Amino acid sequence: MEIFWYIIIGIVLAVFFILDGYDFGAGIIHLFFAKTEKDKEVIAKSAGLFWDSNEVWLVAAGGMLFMAFPTFYASVFSGFYLPLVLVLWLIIFRAIGLEFRSQFKYQMWKDIWDASFGVSSLLLALFFGIALGNIVRGVNLGIVQNGVAAHEGHYFFLPLWDSSFSPLSEHPGVIDWFTLIIGLISVVTLAIHGANWVILKTNSSINSKLKNIIFILNIVLTALTLFSLIVWQTVNPNSFDNFANKPYLIVFPIIYLTGLFGLFFIKKLKKDIHGFVLSTLLIFGGIASSLASLFPVILPSINEIHEPLTIYNTAASEYGLSVALTWGIIGFILLFVYMIIQKRLMAGKIDKMDYGH
Amino acid sequence: MEDMLFYDRLQFAFTITFHYIFPQLTMGLSLMIVYFKWKFLKTKVDKYNDAAKFFMKIFAVNFTMGVVTGIPMEFQFGTNWAKFSELTGGIIGQTLAMEGMFSFFLESSFLALFIFGEKLMGQKLHFLTGFFVFLGSWASGWFILSTNAWMQHPVGHEILDNGKFVLENFSALFTNPWLLPAFLHNQLASVVTSSFVVASIGAFYVLRNKQTEYGKLFLKTGVVFGFISSILVAFPTGDWNAKNVAKHQPATFAAMEGIFHTEEAGSEIVLIGQPNMVEKKLDNKIAVPNILSFLTYQEWHKQIPGIDQFEEENLPDNIPALYYSYHIMVGLGTIFIGVMALALFFLWRKKLHTIKPLLWTIMFLVPFPYIANLTGWYTAELGRQPYLVYGLLKTSEGISPTVSSGNTLFTLLGFVALYMLLGLLFLVLVGKTINEGPTPQTH
Ligand code: HDD
Ligand code: HEM
Ligand code: HEM
Repeated sequence: MEIFWYIIIGIVLAVFFILDGYDFGAGIIHLFFAKTEKDKEVIAKSAGLFWDSNEVWLVAAGGMLFMAFPTFYASVFSGFYLPLVLVLWLIIFRAIGLEFRSQFKYQMWKDIWDASFGVSSLLLALFFGIALGNIVRGVNLGIVQNGVAAHEGHYFFLPLWDSSFSPLSEHPGVIDWFTLIIGLISVVTLAIHGANWVILKTNSSINSKLKNIIFILNIVLTALTLFSLIVWQTVNPNSFDNFANKPYLIVFPIIYLTGLFGLFFIKKLKKDIHGFVLSTLLIFGGIASSLASLFPVILPSINEIHEPLTIYNTAASEYGLSVALTWGIIGFILLFVYMIIQKRLMAGKIDKMDYGH
Repeated sequence: MEDMLFYDRLQFAFTITFHYIFPQLTMGLSLMIVYFKWKFLKTKVDKYNDAAKFFMKIFAVNFTMGVVTGIPMEFQFGTNWAKFSELTGGIIGQTLAMEGMFSFFLESSFLALFIFGEKLMGQKLHFLTGFFVFLGSWASGWFILSTNAWMQHPVGHEILDNGKFVLENFSALFTNPWLLPAFLHNQLASVVTSSFVVASIGAFYVLRNKQTEYGKLFLKTGVVFGFISSILVAFPTGDWNAKNVAKHQPATFAAMEGIFHTEEAGSEIVLIGQPNMVEKKLDNKIAVPNILSFLTYQEWHKQIPGIDQFEEENLPDNIPALYYSYHIMVGLGTIFIGVMALALFFLWRKKLHTIKPLLWTIMFLVPFPYIANLTGWYTAELGRQPYLVYGLLKTSEGISPTVSSGNTLFTLLGFVALYMLLGLLFLVLVGKTINEGPTPQTH
């Protein structure tokens, strides 16, 4: 049952990064590449119409995590207190940027909210990557100092950074050079994903330029991926064991690599949707591979005293998990129905649609 | 430790107060929008559709605010109340996760369609999407209240040796005797808020002599909805809640009613008075004998335990605030009934739009339903103290062990600054929408 919920939550999180990922990415593209007012407007709209329903996936993932793995939820949310609150603030700035930019016609007003949307999208992409980096690196569970734990073994607290910025320090912070690399990977990946979304959903004048940009970003991403694999080994030496023991898990890295290679052919792709599918594979493969390399651990411990948090030592009761599965299935069926309705009614390029607005 | 608790509580109180300003209008207004849309489908008179679309604009801004302030609420259980989450997550995690699954998805999937899809879908489907938005927001109220009801009156769980609450009976969470009265009362209270909003915009249009046709429509709708909901909020639902508190949280009841001393022959109802915690009495009291016993138990001489009957450590820690919150809510509720009844009378005589003082009153009353709603929640939350889970888990045992008060103060200050900005933007945007007024349908 724990494994079941682990997979469900993993999928919900991945869906969140795929869906909200494109509007984070659209924000990054908007920040750096949109120059004319018309482009700015449609790109903001391509995110603005959907961010709310996409963000619900984050809320749902949070709720399910709370329900299924309460100890993990408590530990991680209090331990990563500061970055999480920063993420909340960024989410707020991003959302109001999107919702409020078109409310007044003044150029200054629009510029402010465009900046708010773009910059917070960029920082959120960075922070989400950093978060993933922290999870694979592990934390000082129980806040152990000189062999003595200051707290129960499932609690910790990370400062934003430690003066050494090193993942190998005794008390690493949230931001160190390793997590920063993962953060950059996330920014580049989501920028690619967002560019694909803009190409798919709009007729903006920069679409052909965006294909070039995707190509270049993809080179950067390949380099970063290779580099991160090497440092990953120093930070978490056992990270390949799972793949050696359970060879079928290799599908996840393969999915990632398919996305990565496919995107080199971005300019030759026949349909806009193909690019979007490839970057979707990239995100899904990346998240799934990272989780698979840890399984069943969900938060490694970097000290010798405390056990890592796993899906087994943080889960709710068996009964709770099984009732939740019953309503969960009903909920997911309903959700699919809504999604189909929504997608059918809102298909196509958004600048052609008539909203009667 | 003490100041960690203090800042955690302050931050929660501040952020939930700000959050709750928005959902109460979301829930109430969605009902009224559905009403306008339905009326349009039935009568084919354009002004109803214009009204629905006009309030949709306000709704959209309000909804965004509700969403962005709601996400911090959900995170806060983990960030600031980690121990509480760890111990009770197996239970309230259920209801919170169901809220995401069954209401937020529903609401957000159909909201964009409702706002942008009128031409795309045709009128019938458009009505239906609006209805789903309404359903989603009320479901959200239902699930969050089932969470809160469990904290007020825990049921369906078992406590393990390590202090963890595990779920034993899922359906008990939804048949909790606390839930239905709280839900009905809370939803009706949100209809009161939206009625006042609709009526006061109407009063504004009539008073400034522009868009008076819409003004009259809004006034009429607001007053009718407002009258019905104001009555129902007090009776039966408010009364029902009070009985529940008397039954399940007697110490809270004594404190919120300001009953310092147990009276053998039946308790008086306090109308006015200031709690004096040093001398343990009410100063400047005006009270009517025996009414409280009658209202609560339908027996004039029923004895109700006073504050003197309870141990200090089981009493709410801020009795004056609790007492004032409760009396402000009830006092305002009484005023609402009075004003709405008067307005209804003149509406019936078809004179409401000419009675200026009443229109001004309605217009300026608009903040007060918000205050009544918030003080109602303060009554519930302060009354639950010193427990997080009533009788079982103390608030002081629920906070995050590793988050220092300095960090909480930092984030609290950040939230205060950010929310002031949000509040300002909200007022500017809603003010602009109201000033522009509804746009008549062009064929
Ligand atoms: C417009 C708002 C409004 C108005 C006019 C009233 N209430 Fe209320 N009340 C609420 C808005 C509210 C609320 C915000 O919706 C609460 C908070 C929790 C809940 O479920 O509803 C609430 C809670 C609440 C509680 C529960 C307190 C607890 O849980 O400890 C009681 C006993 C009452 N109310 C009683 C009344 C009575 C007797 C009223 C008579 C006029 C009244 N309320 C008017
Ligand atoms: C929406 C309206 C609500 C308002 C205005 C409100 C208000 C408050 C206030 C003022 C406090 C601080 C209490 C104190 O300082 O003693 C508080 C605390 C708290 N409330 Fe609520 N509350 C609301 C709804 C809820 C709901 C629905 C829940 C549960 C799901 C909840 C859970 C809590 C928790 C966990 C605390 C922290 C512990 C405490 O100090 O009691 N609240 N709330
Ligand atoms: C501690 C308690 C609370 C938490 C954790 C919470 C959480 C949330 C979250 C995460 C959202 C955003 C949903 C989205 O992404 O669409 C939200 C919105 C909403 N909440 Fe709350 N909430 C709380 C209190 C309340 C209360 C007391 C009510 C009503 C009784 C309520 C009703 C709503 C509604 C109707 C929405 C929809 C959006 C809107 O406001 O306008 N919430 N809440």
